[in-house]
Amino acid sequence: MALQSLDIKDRSATTFQGPSARSTLEVAKLIDVSRCIGCKACQAACMEWNDLRDRVGVNEGFYTNPPDLSDQSWTLMRFYEENIAGSLQWLILKDGCLHCTDPGCLRACPAPGAVVQYVNGIVDFQEENCIGCGYCISGCPFNIPRLRKDDSKVYKCTLCSDRVSVGLEPACIKSCPTQALSFGSKENMLDLAAHRLEDLHERGFAGAAVYDPRGVKGTHVVYVLPHGDKPELYGLPASPRVGPFLALWRSGFARAVGVFTMFSVLVAGILHYMRHGPLEVPEEKEAKEARP
Amino acid sequence: MSDNGDAILRHPNRERVVHWAVAIVFVFLFLSGLALFHPVFFWFAFLFGGGQFMRFIHPIAGVLLVLLFYPYAAQVWKDNRWLPADRAWVQHMFAYMKKAYHPQDTDKYNAGQKLMFWSMVPLIAILALTGIAMWQPWFAPAFPPALRRGAGLVHAIASFIMFVGIGIHVYAAYWTKGSIQAMVRGTVTRTWARFHHPAWYREVTGKDP
Repeated sequence: MALQSLDIKDRSATTFQGPSARSTLEVAKLIDVSRCIGCKACQAACMEWNDLRDRVGVNEGFYTNPPDLSDQSWTLMRFYEENIAGSLQWLILKDGCLHCTDPGCLRACPAPGAVVQYVNGIVDFQEENCIGCGYCISGCPFNIPRLRKDDSKVYKCTLCSDRVSVGLEPACIKSCPTQALSFGSKENMLDLAAHRLEDLHERGFAGAAVYDPRGVKGTHVVYVLPHGDKPELYGLPASPRVGPFLALWRSGFARAVGVFTMFSVLVAGILHYMRHGPLEVPEEKEAKEARP
Repeated sequence: MSDNGDAILRHPNRERVVHWAVAIVFVFLFLSGLALFHPVFFWFAFLFGGGQFMRFIHPIAGVLLVLLFYPYAAQVWKDNRWLPADRAWVQHMFAYMKKAYHPQDTDKYNAGQKLMFWSMVPLIAILALTGIAMWQPWFAPAFPPALRRGAGLVHAIASFIMFVGIGIHVYAAYWTKGSIQAMVRGTVTRTWARFHHPAWYREVTGKDP
């Protein structure tokens, strides 16, 4: 942890920049949806490594299980049945935090150090600093963080920052039997994605694309989507971004102007009193002055 | 201060108690809100039992403010009705601040006080509604994230306006000698009432100033 603290690039609600002398490799997880068979081994591995157990739910008639991400399920296989060009397509998406380069959660967070971004690109929640306001949830363009009602703390995928910091790959990567998941430097992952994309184009997936959205300045979880021209089919937003409301609300400049104006009111009061003195009833003022 | 025989009741007991309760709740809400608004002020959180407890108690204090303020507003709104005389006061506002303008038809509250009152009525409602949309973990999940982001922005802007309004209110009370006394002990002197609120003085004493 001592040296890891040198690798914190950005920290929520913090006025000063962190240490920036060290630089490490920017990492990424590549999720090649075309190779995924929906076995959920990654989901199980995530639970195992992170010691999480979601409640046993009920069958709701589809394969997605549990039905949604939660404080106990940081990654989730989502299954979609879509009619694409006249044929039924079974789309599978491994959902979870994308580790944005411009994370809405970090920008929104008012608690110092509750959200951190490492130099390697991982965005991590530090639950001991979390105050449970849920601003990160509304700030996230991908609807990922989940508030645990029992402790009012927010949880999400850590990209196994504990494993990565000691040179291991995330638990989900280790478990994937089809190499749908890969982990490495972001550069290598983008190269690999380009190769996979070539294959897909050859196989006739004209709309195949890499999902590394620019609206959040790229992510550290990158998808290869066979129908990448329509990411909404997989439940992914077509053009995710932090958005004007959040940008203005948490903007350092706008907030500084607000605080400055509030101080100005105090200063204006002092100056006004110095210049004009109190407003007194003339008779009472005279009586006061006449007193010895 | 003059003797008791000279005193006119301006704010009855209940009004004063509620006023100061509102003031305490406001200070609490403002400091805790400021801690959430800008990291420079996050240390205020430690005045309120740490960030997590502050986050928990802030919306509850907000509900308390609503419960205290609106019944109070229902009692005093009649004295805050906008009258033709108030327009003249607003036009001469800066002269009033320089003590160069002093109208003879001011009612129980002058136009500045009325503006303060009528700005608080919608502001507290806006703060309460946007606050509910952000209130974790109970109410926020019922609202879409985009609306919560908007609510956060509106909440911040409304509380900023409220701070400026309350700041002016506090200063004006300090500047106008006798008004803090009026809100603490409830009474003002006859000369004070005649000077600052002549129309109200005529009404309560039946005398011409």
